[in-house]
Amino acid sequence: MAATATGRATAASRGFDWREVLIWIGAALGFSGLYMAILFAPEEATMSHAQRIFYVHVPAAWVGFLAFGVVFLSSVAFLWTRQRRFDLAAHASTEIGVVFTTVAIASGAVWGKSAWGTWWTWDPRLTTTFMLWFIYAVSLMVRAYGGPSSQSARFAAVLGIVGFLDIPLIHLSVLWWRSLHPLPVVVRAEGFGSGLPPEMLWALLVNVAAFTLLYVALFSLRRAQMTAQDALSAQREQQRRHTAGPGAGMREGSR
Amino acid sequence: MNPLTAMFIGFAIVWGGLFLYVLRLHRLGREIERKLGREA
Repeated sequence: MAATATGRATAASRGFDWREVLIWIGAALGFSGLYMAILFAPEEATMSHAQRIFYVHVPAAWVGFLAFGVVFLSSVAFLWTRQRRFDLAAHASTEIGVVFTTVAIASGAVWGKSAWGTWWTWDPRLTTTFMLWFIYAVSLMVRAYGGPSSQSARFAAVLGIVGFLDIPLIHLSVLWWRSLHPLPVVVRAEGFGSGLPPEMLWALLVNVAAFTLLYVALFSLRRAQMTAQDALSAQREQQRRHTAGPGAGMREGSR
Repeated sequence: MNPLTAMFIGFAIVWGGLFLYVLRLHRLGREIERKLGREA
């Protein structure tokens, strides 16, 4: 693992890093998305400009779901194989998923204040989304307080799998229960995006693409960083043992 | 304040925050990789 990370370090020191390219493409798409959300998309008849929060809220919620989907798959793979790389992928994606779900909840609260006159209400969609955020925040706490032990990785993996089961519930909550939250306008039985005029759909799709690219960049950066940190710790441990001398392990073991 | 300006400021804060998060991770990652290369 140390050799791989060292190889990456050499590649980074050469100057070219594909993740940098991804970040700049994401930033360019983000600016386009900002322009489309503010100036290109038409003003909505009932909600007026407050509806434009939708162009941040929906992409952030989508990326949160995507991130937790990656956590789910990585957690299953980790419990199956016990390979550290899957645990690192789940950890990295959990962090990013929590950030984006926080953005979705906060932007939804701003919209809610304008539409419903309150920042928060215990509506089925809001409550199930809060549950999702809470489960993954707990998973991060388990990792933070449990340290790098295999037990905390196992607990976090179980939480990663259980938390994902909430996502279909979030999507269906507005259909199953009486909810204040608007009904789906993109993923519908009548057809993809059939609930939106084309200009609004395009503005949304550009923002979704920008947020998704940002997720890919963040995920690869964080995962590479964690892998390098792991390799660095292993390297330091090896050096410490080497400095302590050949009998150090035996002395430590006899205590 | 014009609602459209308020919206623009809000969006810029979200995007700016996320972009700074990416840059910070990138910088931290490079730092760890440099340390790894130095100590190898």
